[in-house]
Formats: sequence, structure tokens, C-alpha cells
Amino acid sequence: MLAELRDMIGHDVMVGLAQAAGAIALCAAVVLLCRWQAVRVEREAAVSLLRGLVQMVLVGIVLAVLLNGSLLIGALILLLMTGAAAVTAAGRIKGMGGALMLCFWSIAAGAGIVLAAMLATGSLRSQVAMLVPVGSMIIANAMNSCAQAIERFRAEVTAHVGQVEAALSLGAEPAVTVAPYLRSAVYASLLPRLDMMKSLGLVWIPGVMAGMVVSGASPVYAGIYQFIIVAMILAASGITGLIATVLMRRRVFSAAAQLLLRPAEADKPAPAG
Amino acid sequence: MTTTAPSKDPGGAGLSAQFPERSERLPPGALETRHLSRQIGGRRLVSDVSVQIGRGEIVAVVGPSGAGKSSFLRLLNRLDEPTSGTVLLQSIDYRTIAPQELRRRVGMVMQTAYLFPGTVAANIGFGPRQRGQVLPHDNIVALLERVGLAGFADRDIGHLSGGEAQRVALARTLANAPEVLLLDEPTSALDEALVRGIEELILGIVRERQMTCIIVTHNRAQAERMAGRTMLMEAGRLVTIGPTAEVLHAG
Repeated sequence: MLAELRDMIGHDVMVGLAQAAGAIALCAAVVLLCRWQAVRVEREAAVSLLRGLVQMVLVGIVLAVLLNGSLLIGALILLLMTGAAAVTAAGRIKGMGGALMLCFWSIAAGAGIVLAAMLATGSLRSQVAMLVPVGSMIIANAMNSCAQAIERFRAEVTAHVGQVEAALSLGAEPAVTVAPYLRSAVYASLLPRLDMMKSLGLVWIPGVMAGMVVSGASPVYAGIYQFIIVAMILAASGITGLIATVLMRRRVFSAAAQLLLRPAEADKPAPAG
Repeated sequence: MTTTAPSKDPGGAGLSAQFPERSERLPPGALETRHLSRQIGGRRLVSDVSVQIGRGEIVAVVGPSGAGKSSFLRLLNRLDEPTSGTVLLQSIDYRTIAPQELRRRVGMVMQTAYLFPGTVAANIGFGPRQRGQVLPHDNIVALLERVGLAGFADRDIGHLSGGEAQRVALARTLANAPEVLLLDEPTSALDEALVRGIEELILGIVRERQMTCIIVTHNRAQAERMAGRTMLMEAGRLVTIGPTAEVLHAG
């Protein structure tokens, strides 16, 4: 392990750190430029630049050490990432009981099903060096999908409390009363991924393809592989968005089919009367 | 109509009830609240309200803003959960009735119509559809005629005036053939000129169908025109209930 670390801190790493210093210098110049217009981001920029560099160096070290690690280690790392993603997504619906577990299960299901399918079909090898970066991309997109779906679902339901309660008052099942809002929440969560797919290769050449080409793979194969990754991101996002809203739907109603979700400012159930 | 008992086939009872000329009566709709209370945080919205309301009776609920009138009404179809106490529907504790069935039997018309996107006919058929029944077009037409909206079946709800929308909301609730009708300020969103028309419409239908009716209103004149008895509420409590004229003139 030490030998591996020593190998890494070679010429490459020194050059890389020098280049990173250049990148930081450019960011610092932009921060000063912002200051000229009284936009003060020095502190935040310094902290996030430092954090970003340290995090990426650490990830690099972990990958270097675990380069040929087993599937189990890879799965463990992805599980931790899923946990972190769930904490981030759950922040969107603070105050709702069980939000963290709701986000964890929906992200785990979306990313898990897709990664398992990729491993099973051989489009993803189980080495940590491959599993973790690809897995992290899928988890990150599932996280965004989860956050967008639950946030949109909450916004739609709280904007339509009257319609939902009118439907409940006519004897509708809770699921029926929020069906249109579930649909639009899942759609809204998929939209960024659909746009991503459409702009693939036109507006942006994503990292996986760029990396593969840089490291000598055939550009055509790299392009096809990148398409597969984005398609898998889309699939994982769909599963996550669906599961997150369906799980949330259960939580916004009581056992007696009463709507529990209210606009934040209304702490009483009805207009004063 | 088939020979199925109305309790097992509420839709069957509902279909017959769409025809005002039918003399057949719905089952009695007596309603009783027992120490009914609802509290959120430290705030008592409804506090220990016990009343008995007879079948076919029209009762108004009056009181200042924030007195808990709407909160009380929302407990009656269990749109909100009582913190303590309960409601008896025909002497049966309403917590033993499935909420969907309870809300079919205890219909509610809100202050705002809250129609669903689509046609007027789709809105009218919404309640029966929840029980897997398709309300025949003739029944929809008859209901719309009854609320003064003949020929409106295929209109999009986006093209309705406020008064028309409120009539559709009333017809939509009636399509469920409820035993009890809860009205939450049903005319407060309407122009003054339309109020009397809607009041007379509601009175006529409630009498025809022998429905038990509870109407929340901030308008004392409306309570006098519509209700035999009136409940006066203040700070979530029932101050008094009695003949409308007595309650209003004592207050």
C-alpha cells in the first residue's frame, strides 16, 4: 500500500498539483473581479475550492488503493455514496417524517437495479476502479431525480389542496386524488435527463467518453459506451422518481384518508370560519 | 332499479335520487356529535361540541371569524381527524365506516368549487366513478337541469362563471346521493345577485331529498332564510343551539 502511494506521488501528481494551483489562481482572479461589483464570495469560494481539491485527491487515493479491489468493497463504497445522496435529497422535504429513508430506498432501488443490470450484461466490470465512478454518476443523477420528484410533488399537492380535498370529499381514494400531481412530478424529475440525452454529443461530450478517448479507446466505442451510461442514468432516474413519489404519496395521507400536507404558512386546517 | 338494498348498493340509491319527482326516500340521515374536539399544537380549533341533528333538518353554524365553524364542518365528513370525541351517523360511530363510504354519505360543498379539469359531465360523474359506476348521461342531464344548468354537460369547466361553477360543485356532490349535505359558506364567493338563487335551489333540493343539511355561514340573514335551528360558535366552543330567530336575536 505504501509502495503504491509512493508510486502515485510521482511526476504526474506534481504536475497535476501545479495545474490545480493554476486553476485556483484563475478562480481567485474571478473572485476579485466579483468583488469589483461588490459580489463577495471570497470565503465561500476559498472553502469550496479547498474542499473540492481535498475530496478529489482523497477519491484518487482511494481508487488507487482499491484499483483491483473486489465487488464487495465497490458495493460498500456505493452504499455509502447512496447514504450521502439520501441525506442531500431528503433536505428538500425537511419536516416530513421518514424523508431520509424514503430517499435512501428510492435512490438505492434506482441505482441498484441499473447497476445490477449493467454488471449482469457485462457492460460494467466489477472492479472498483470502474464500478465506483460509473456507479457514482448513476447515484448522483438518481439523487437529483429523487430531490426534483419529491419537491415537485410537494409543490403540486400544496398548490392543489382544494382539488385534493374536493376529490376526497366525493369519496375518492387518496391515490386517485393526487394522480395528476404524481405524474407531473415524475415527468419533471425525468426532464433534465431527457434533455441530457438529446444534447448528447451536440452540446456536450460527457466525461466518460472524453476520458476513454484520452486513455486510448476507440472514439466510436467510447461514444456508444457513453450513450449506454446516459441511458442507464435515465433508467435509474425514472425508477427513483417513481418510487420516491409513490412512497411519498403514502406519507401525505393519514390512515383515514386525510390530507396531511399543507402549505407551510397554513398551520390550521381551513380558512378561519 | 334492482331489488338490491340501498346500503349494499349506494349507487343504486343514488341513481334513483337523481330524479326529483321520485317519492322514494333515502335512509334517514340523523347526525350526532359527541364531545367533538380538534386541537393542533396548543390551539383548540373545535372544543367539546355535542349536538344532535335530526333527519331532514337544516342547521346553520354561525359565529365570528376563527370561531371554528369550518373546522367543525371538516370533522363531520372526517376530512380532519378529531383529537377526541366522535360523530355518530345514524347512531353508528363514523370511525367504523370506511372514509370513502362515509364521505359519499356525508357530502360536502366547499366555499370554492374546486372543479377538476375537463367537462362538466366528467365532474358530475366523478363520485360514482370512484365506486366503479358510470353515471348514465340522462342522470347527468337531469341533475344539471335541477341546478339550473341545462345544456352544460359538455362544457369545459374553464368556461364557467363563479355561480355556474358553484352549481356544478353542488350537482357533483348530489350525484353521490348523500344523506347529509355539508355546506361551507356556499355563496360567499358569489355576487350578491346570485346568492338568493343558490339558496332557494339548495333549500328545494334538500327538502325534496329529505337530506340533513348543515350550512356554515357568516351571513346571519342567510341563516334566517335557510335554517330551522342555528348553532352559535365562539373560540371553538358551542355557545348555544336553538331556533334560528332566538339564537340570532339573543346574540
